[in-house]
Amino acid sequence: MDQTTNSVFAPFNWLGRFSIAFIGELGAIGIFFIHAFCLIFSLPLQVNKTIQQVFFIGAKSILIILLVGIFTGMVLGLQGYYTLVKFGSEGVLGAAVALSLIRELGPVMTAIMIIARAGSSMAAEIGIMRISEQIDALDTMDINPIRFLVSPRIVASLISFPLLTAIFDVIGIIGGYLSGVVLLGINSGIYFYRIESSVVMQDVSGGFIKSLVFGIIVSTICCYQGYFTHMRPGGFGARGVSLATTSAVVLSCVLVLIVDYVLTSFLL
Amino acid sequence: MTIPLVELKNVTKRFDKRTVLDRVNLTIFEGDITTIIGKSGVGKSVLLKHIIGLLKPDEGEILFNGKRLKGMTRKERKSFKQQVSYMFQSNALFDSLTVFENIALPLREKTRLHEDAIRSKVLAQIDRMELTEVTYKYPSQISGGMQKRVALARSLVTEPKIILFDEPTAGLDPLRKNTVLSMIAHYQRKIRFTAILVSHDIPDVLFISNRVAIIDSGRIPFQGTPMELEQSENPVVQEFIKGQASLKDELTGLDTRRDIENMLIQEMGRVNRLQESFPVVMFTIDNLEQINEHIGHIAAQEIIQCLGTLIKDHFDTADTSARYSQNEILMVLPHTGLKEAKQVLDELATDLQKQEIFQAKTYPKACFSFSILAGLAEARPGTDLDSLMGQVLSHQKIIAHLKCTKNGETA
Repeated sequence: MDQTTNSVFAPFNWLGRFSIAFIGELGAIGIFFIHAFCLIFSLPLQVNKTIQQVFFIGAKSILIILLVGIFTGMVLGLQGYYTLVKFGSEGVLGAAVALSLIRELGPVMTAIMIIARAGSSMAAEIGIMRISEQIDALDTMDINPIRFLVSPRIVASLISFPLLTAIFDVIGIIGGYLSGVVLLGINSGIYFYRIESSVVMQDVSGGFIKSLVFGIIVSTICCYQGYFTHMRPGGFGARGVSLATTSAVVLSCVLVLIVDYVLTSFLL
Repeated sequence: MTIPLVELKNVTKRFDKRTVLDRVNLTIFEGDITTIIGKSGVGKSVLLKHIIGLLKPDEGEILFNGKRLKGMTRKERKSFKQQVSYMFQSNALFDSLTVFENIALPLREKTRLHEDAIRSKVLAQIDRMELTEVTYKYPSQISGGMQKRVALARSLVTEPKIILFDEPTAGLDPLRKNTVLSMIAHYQRKIRFTAILVSHDIPDVLFISNRVAIIDSGRIPFQGTPMELEQSENPVVQEFIKGQASLKDELTGLDTRRDIENMLIQEMGRVNRLQESFPVVMFTIDNLEQINEHIGHIAAQEIIQCLGTLIKDHFDTADTSARYSQNEILMVLPHTGLKEAKQVLDELATDLQKQEIFQAKTYPKACFSFSILAGLAEARPGTDLDSLMGQVLSHQKIIAHLKCTKNGETA
């Protein structure tokens, strides 16, 4: 009887274990974030380190954001045109492109591009520091490793994400202009008029809030995964770092999309 | 009795079900070099990490200046951490920072010194450790021995009161190994910190230690001075020393002090029985400290090595010579007459003076003097070991020397 019960309940057991572990992990990440966030304000402020991180997370990501932004805008213009032209309303293309970029695609695509570029490197860098005892060394020097390594990255993300999102939005709208106006011949005045008339401040501030939240999620999860590389079951050393990097990228992408839905439903 | 600086009381640590430390008791006194020796994997590093607080004991307590580490307030813990520094077995250098930045980091983060003051402090440290040419290189671009020296510089730069060294000589060749040990001893005398070393380099490490503790199967079967260690009758200690101590002194290729003392006692017994005598010679390198100071620790070790090699070349294979202390080599010649010994000693002196180490041009930048002394005495029936040693030392005279005469001055 026992065996049958066991096999019947096995999936539920697994689900239960998984859920508890997942919730526990989220709680740990939350505490990790609060700890790192409070340490941002401890004196003396780490201005230099934060600027370095803004340069790394922000400035060095501009090129990739430009590239992705322009093509996203162009494809939006193309797809939007072919859909709208069926209803004879290709004039609203500008509004369609701008709204979908500012409200949705800008923050999400920017977050995913930064996860790929800077998030993975945060997890790997901190993970390597953990396995080569550099974090322990900081601890023995009485330098708080979370303050030293994590706090500047969180501040830098909070600064970089909204700015990069703004760049993405603008360049995306230009991309839509290129495909819609230059290639497909929509009137350029109408394209921009529609944008101006349909985009309100609430759209922009919604996108801004999203990008801030994504900045926190990405930097916290990527740093957390690297920081606790050594606690990870099933992988030590280089393998541990590779697993940490992978789960940092996967987990932050998934969470960005889930939180995006939740946030949108609140912001609408 | 003085309060020990650090005291471990019944400290127990388990990882899963494996007990690594089993009710360990250890006392460490201020100003001493305490060495913890043990086979690999018995928990030496774990013990050290408990002292600095990287690991917490499952049971038992650790006292610092008589105060419990666990019950310290935040402020007390902070001041404790500021007094301690730790040199990791893997060096744990920050690989994305240059050598300079690595050494400067604890100063930049934990002190309010001006950047200029930090710079001069770090550069002085780099100079002392002979790392000048790699100042702006990254840890992965320099050799293992240099990385060790960077780690040593980083742990010294804050002028801590206690330094914990986790296998400071692991993976180094005999010359570098002795260099690192001699550096530790040198700075310990100079800055007067308390050193706790984990090592298995016997006997090299015993030359510089004031106290030794052996750790075996989670417990400490012995702690005391190196002298007590050598004389200990404890079977665990005996077995341990036999198993761990290398048969030869690695730096010079000569025998160990333990061997030569055993042999000396045997030969003295023979002398008493047969009413014979045999010569004993003691070589001493004078001014080793000055050599360390002026031309560096590596050069000092090379001088010891050179002397060892020459001695080996000049004397018979039946004779025994051993590294007696850091700068002394003792030689027992049971099958040689006194006259013959004198003659060989003269030849050795002539040869020694011709060596590169005694040529001023070998050290173009430094001006210093040093000499090698040798003393010859005869072990006769009825002399005991102590008086023989006394005689050997009192008969010592200079057999080779280097004098700095730059600008007509003598250093």
